[in-house]
Amino acid sequence: MSPTPRTLVGGAPSATYLLRFDGRELTAQAGQSIAAVLWGAGILAWRTTRQGGAPRGAFCGIGSCYDCLVTVNGRPNQRACLVPARPGDTVTTQEGTGHAELGV
Amino acid sequence: MSKRHPLDVVIIGAGVVGAAIAYYAARAGLSVAVVDRGPVAGGTTGAGEGNLLVSDKEAGPELDLALLSAGLWRELAAVLPHEIEYEAKGGLVVAPDEASLGALRDFAEGQRAAGVEAVEAGADQLRELEPHLAPGPVGGFLYPQDAQVQPAQAAARLLAASGASVHLGEEVTGILTGPGGVRGVRTRGGELLAPAVVNAAGTWGGRIAELAGVSLPVLPRRGFVLVTEPLPRVVRHKVYAADYIADVASGSAALQSSAVVEGTPAGPVLIGATRERVGFDRSLSVEALRRLAAQAAALFPFLADARVLRTYHGFRPYLPDHLPAIGPDPRLPGLLHACGHEGAGIGLAPATGVLIAAALTGARPPLSADPFRPARFAADPAG
Repeated sequence: MSPTPRTLVGGAPSATYLLRFDGRELTAQAGQSIAAVLWGAGILAWRTTRQGGAPRGAFCGIGSCYDCLVTVNGRPNQRACLVPARPGDTVTTQEGTGHAELGV
Repeated sequence: MSKRHPLDVVIIGAGVVGAAIAYYAARAGLSVAVVDRGPVAGGTTGAGEGNLLVSDKEAGPELDLALLSAGLWRELAAVLPHEIEYEAKGGLVVAPDEASLGALRDFAEGQRAAGVEAVEAGADQLRELEPHLAPGPVGGFLYPQDAQVQPAQAAARLLAASGASVHLGEEVTGILTGPGGVRGVRTRGGELLAPAVVNAAGTWGGRIAELAGVSLPVLPRRGFVLVTEPLPRVVRHKVYAADYIADVASGSAALQSSAVVEGTPAGPVLIGATRERVGFDRSLSVEALRRLAAQAAALFPFLADARVLRTYHGFRPYLPDHLPAIGPDPRLPGLLHACGHEGAGIGLAPATGVLIAAALTGARPPLSADPFRPARFAADPAG
């Protein structure tokens, strides 16, 4: 196996824990962003656009583009690439604004 | 800066007022150039909310101008691209108590006599009109003629539709004059020659007047707007509390705030607006934003949990009597002013354009521009 930065320094995750995404259980490593956890599980889309409902996931990955918005613990419009994954988080796919219940 | 044909008029300012003048002057057959030191809508226009309001104006010359404009905006909405986001959504003014509702009733009575539609709504009707409105207001008035546009788009589309030659990023450094009066303007890029020059420089109109050797006391009145995360349609009208009207009419330099809450086609809710006279100070006022947010959440409790994405602010061009300066300046033939619209410039732009076009062509204006004569502040207003 070719060396990775982690194997070169003998690193190991300090902790792993579970979070839920749309009912699935995913394993997160301490320090990972929610986007990293989702990508690690092969999930690339976790939001639909307001107009047209097209799928979206991480694009810039550095908090600038707001493409990776997602609902975390019931609160929509969180940037998945910036929000750290925490034990027991419930992440759900965000439809549009994520605030459909407010529409009049 | 060579020209294909001689210009009839140079308009200084590519905000919504300059764009509307360009539009109506070109339609009147004039050859028009627009010059601005910055981009289109780079000053107060781009810092506005796009209010087209009759509801906040008491009976008088500004209301007459607003009513004329309301009709013109309806016509423009039919011919300009939909990107201007014209929405005839109506305004809803809510009164916190009976005393305030009584004052609002008197206010609306005067407006009705001037041609404004104002429909009184009881507390229950308010909730039907705006389901998210907090309990508390005892009643209010619905103003169906209030509308909204996206101001930067409105200015840009008007300007494009005018066909005027547009010179952006060119600051006017001098007004050229000769024995007959105005000859044109000098910019950093050269000269634009025309027998008429219109000062549509908004909050900076006083400086342009100074370049022409006349005085016009335009002062900046700072305002902040909060922008929330995109939401579904949560607020149907332009909703504000009755004390906003008093704030608009006030001459105080101190910070005033009364929330005006409105949804936008793009999703974000806009929360305006504060008013304070602090010169051209661009620093952020946490106090102003705190007050706006608290007042908006008092009107619409769900906003307390909405995320604010950003804030923007700008400077309303304020004249001492709260009326704009529109028309020829008798102190310098060929010089016209169209500035000082304070917080109502987007709404008043088309009527201003029509009045200036009429002044340029000698046509009969649809209403008297006399209350707006620019030299009214001079010690000896000649004419």
